[in-house]
Amino acid sequence: MENKAEQKVLTDVVIRFCGDSGDGMQLTGTLFSNLSAILGNEIATFPDYPAEIRAPQGTIGGVSGFQVHVGTSIYTPGDEADVLVAMNPAALKVNAHVLKPLGVLIFDADSFDAKGLEKAGFLTDNPFAELKLSESIQLVPVPLSELTHASLKDSDMDNKSILRCKNMFALGLICWLFNRPLEQAVHFLGNKFGKKPDLLQANVKVVTDGFNYGHNLHLNVSTFTVGKSENLSKGTYTIISGNKATAWGLIAASQKSGRNLFLGSYPITPATDILHELAARKDMGVKAIQAEDEIAGICMALGASFAGDLAATSTSGPGISLKSEAIGLAVMAELPLVVIDVMRGGPSTGLPTKTEQTDLLQALYGRNGESPLVVMAASSPDDCFHYAFMAAKIALENMTPVILLTDAFIGNGSSLWKLPKLADLPAIHPNIAPDSLKGQFRASTRDEKTKVRYWAFPGMEGFMHRNGGLEKDYVRAGISTDGENHARMIATRAEKIAQIANVLPDMEIEGDESADLLVVGWGSTHGHLLNAVNTLNAEGKKTALLHFNYICPLPKNAHSLLRKYKKVVVCELNNGQFATFLRSQLPDVPFVQFNKMEGQPFKVSEIVEYLETL
Amino acid sequence: MFTAKDYKSDQYVRWCPGCGDHAIISSLQKAMAEIGIPPHQIAVISGIGCSSRIPYYLSPYGFHTIHGRGAAVATGVKVAHPELCVWQATGDGDCLAIGGNHFIHSVRRNVDLNVLLFNNQIYGLTKGQYSPTSAKGFVTKSSPFGTVERPFVPAELVFGAGGTFFARALDVDLETSKKIMIEAVKHKGTSILEFLVNCVIFNNGAHGWIASKEDRADRLIVLEDGKPMIFGKERNKGLVLDGWNLKVVTIGENGVREEDILIHDAKTVDYTLHQKLATMQGPDMPIAMGVIRAVPCESYDEAVQNQMEEVQSKSKIKSFDDLLNSLEHIEI
Repeated sequence: MENKAEQKVLTDVVIRFCGDSGDGMQLTGTLFSNLSAILGNEIATFPDYPAEIRAPQGTIGGVSGFQVHVGTSIYTPGDEADVLVAMNPAALKVNAHVLKPLGVLIFDADSFDAKGLEKAGFLTDNPFAELKLSESIQLVPVPLSELTHASLKDSDMDNKSILRCKNMFALGLICWLFNRPLEQAVHFLGNKFGKKPDLLQANVKVVTDGFNYGHNLHLNVSTFTVGKSENLSKGTYTIISGNKATAWGLIAASQKSGRNLFLGSYPITPATDILHELAARKDMGVKAIQAEDEIAGICMALGASFAGDLAATSTSGPGISLKSEAIGLAVMAELPLVVIDVMRGGPSTGLPTKTEQTDLLQALYGRNGESPLVVMAASSPDDCFHYAFMAAKIALENMTPVILLTDAFIGNGSSLWKLPKLADLPAIHPNIAPDSLKGQFRASTRDEKTKVRYWAFPGMEGFMHRNGGLEKDYVRAGISTDGENHARMIATRAEKIAQIANVLPDMEIEGDESADLLVVGWGSTHGHLLNAVNTLNAEGKKTALLHFNYICPLPKNAHSLLRKYKKVVVCELNNGQFATFLRSQLPDVPFVQFNKMEGQPFKVSEIVEYLETL
Repeated sequence: MFTAKDYKSDQYVRWCPGCGDHAIISSLQKAMAEIGIPPHQIAVISGIGCSSRIPYYLSPYGFHTIHGRGAAVATGVKVAHPELCVWQATGDGDCLAIGGNHFIHSVRRNVDLNVLLFNNQIYGLTKGQYSPTSAKGFVTKSSPFGTVERPFVPAELVFGAGGTFFARALDVDLETSKKIMIEAVKHKGTSILEFLVNCVIFNNGAHGWIASKEDRADRLIVLEDGKPMIFGKERNKGLVLDGWNLKVVTIGENGVREEDILIHDAKTVDYTLHQKLATMQGPDMPIAMGVIRAVPCESYDEAVQNQMEEVQSKSKIKSFDDLLNSLEHIEI
């Protein structure tokens, strides 16, 4: 490469930071995302981390990555990286495949010694050749460890603490590479380390030296300027992860409905952050209880719901299996409950930190007996807020459990979120028993039109009743084993759920509505599918997209839209679960499937490639 | 003022004739009337089993949940709404087998629940299998050659889990039953009330040794805090410490005077003696009844509420808008 201070202006760029799980890659990536957003870029991030907390240093088992995509029209964290920052040979080995042929590889030259290469399982002293990296890749070796040492030589920090700051040197360098002003980085570091002035000072020193290193010295690469996005409407934004947005959606719903928020939960990857967020919100009156197990988590929530709270439980796949019986009780007792499943690779313990959409059929059908409930899914980190809010609204207004599906990809990923105004959010009217029912209320008393049971809870005088998991008499609510009554109750519970379709928004086609080919997706794949569909339309291949957030019941116009197209391809990160569900609803439509089960989100390119063959 | 009738529902009680549960619900309705909390401020939560049908037969709010999970549901009710009086009904199978985990954890947390543990040492609703409290060797349909497992002693689980309240009564002893129920409601924390219940169909006579009123006087001791541990038809038997163990003595014999008899201290934190009392067995020792342990301690629901109030008094975040303002803002 020629040594030229060339400036590239791009609409978007993807950077992946990778290193040991203790190298601070998540922090580095998060800080860079914040800096980009401040400058008016859209962002999407994707943390990709191992299940092990600290696998042996320098081995491929412990590699943690954080990918961020910044620029305009950002729907996904990106398929491939323009810039890869590798803190050691193992990190390079695991992540080399994401680097674009003309990309930039910045690596810590100090860690690419014989020992480091051996730990990562390289057989020769040329890892780049071994990985068959394209020769067009710009290699930027930086002695990060040595430079960080030099930067902090006057501090009284020990060797280990100094080395922990080398991620900041890399961040400084990247800030230079992408023309990010350092003042903002320093501001964010202040928020992070404000309570530890020594640590703050050290980090600021190293990030500054990293920036200056790129600026003053030897760097042999072109810098990038990523233009401001024109898509963003004016307003106040923040960067939010899906799990945090989910938690806050519930808090907003609690405020709007006037019901206290109660969470019963048990730690499980990748859902635990929802528990963390809500446990911290005592100031908002949230009661978040870490239960003794998954079953206790949902049962405590159901107890709180019985007592009149907006109740929720949060978990991931194995936890959903454990909660099945209690979800069935919520169906039978017709109590409001929000069940959040941040899906991960399964079955069993599966791939705890990786993403998948494989719990859909369990959410729809995974209970004994005829037990219909509402199933919905969020499609991006920021819209987790909206769908968590709507899940609570639907649960409270329709006296039903609602399963909200998110996944590791959007739960841990983050995006820009325009701050809402509480006043602008829709009202929530819990179906609380009216005074007119005082003295004659029973556990089965319901609105005969909507079939929604009325909610009365302890403390309300004149509404005492006995609820439970045994079948109730439709009229008198006492225990009933009568066959005809049972059939009537099953039909009633099903009709109640089916009628919720009446209040769901109509679906809209994205892409080219006049196409013959319809791409169908649900949940977290929206960004990838939209990108793919836009790409195809730009290439001249007409393609439409129908993306689902409400799955059971389906929005009312879903059936007619699905029947409008000659070819319908259902793309999902499982073996065809939504396709199976759709076939049961529309047996006349020949659904085609495109599936991926590698613990990773789709790549836009692989969807485009597949759709081009159709 | 309330009467026992105010706590009865309109449901027909479907327990077998002669079942000990009839006696307990009668004691409970009387106790509730005496305590005087209005029915609409009471929630009765149960799991699965014969005894767990009790909410249907009471007038307060009731929730008949799923097997073993009553403790967790009741915890949710009480933590969400500490102003309610919450009862939990459970049996030896529901509480100590499938619900064992929730049981020890609710006791450990000290949630303010009043737990009626109906111990008949048998699975009744599934028609006669051994339970975690059945004696070793017990022959049932699922143990045709006798069980080879050792039983739980509920009191030991309670003490081991850091329990603050344990009391016991025989189903047909209405007076003691009512008394311990009232004490349980007064106690702030998880109050475990073990009722020795007769299952007339599948385990008749399980507590036969103390079944008749005449036998009971000599074979039971009803403990009362601050009172000497005296029992017997003649009120002349008592308990003393003999080395590490409890021993029955007769007042007036071998120079034993009334002052020598141990005074019951239910409030002491050290449970060594409580455990010795709770594990006494015939024929050498009387079976201990009444409130064996009642140690004052902050309840979990109180602690949650107090912590919340403390955080709220210090936090600058008072509304959802404040919460949004606490985020890193990016103006575009």
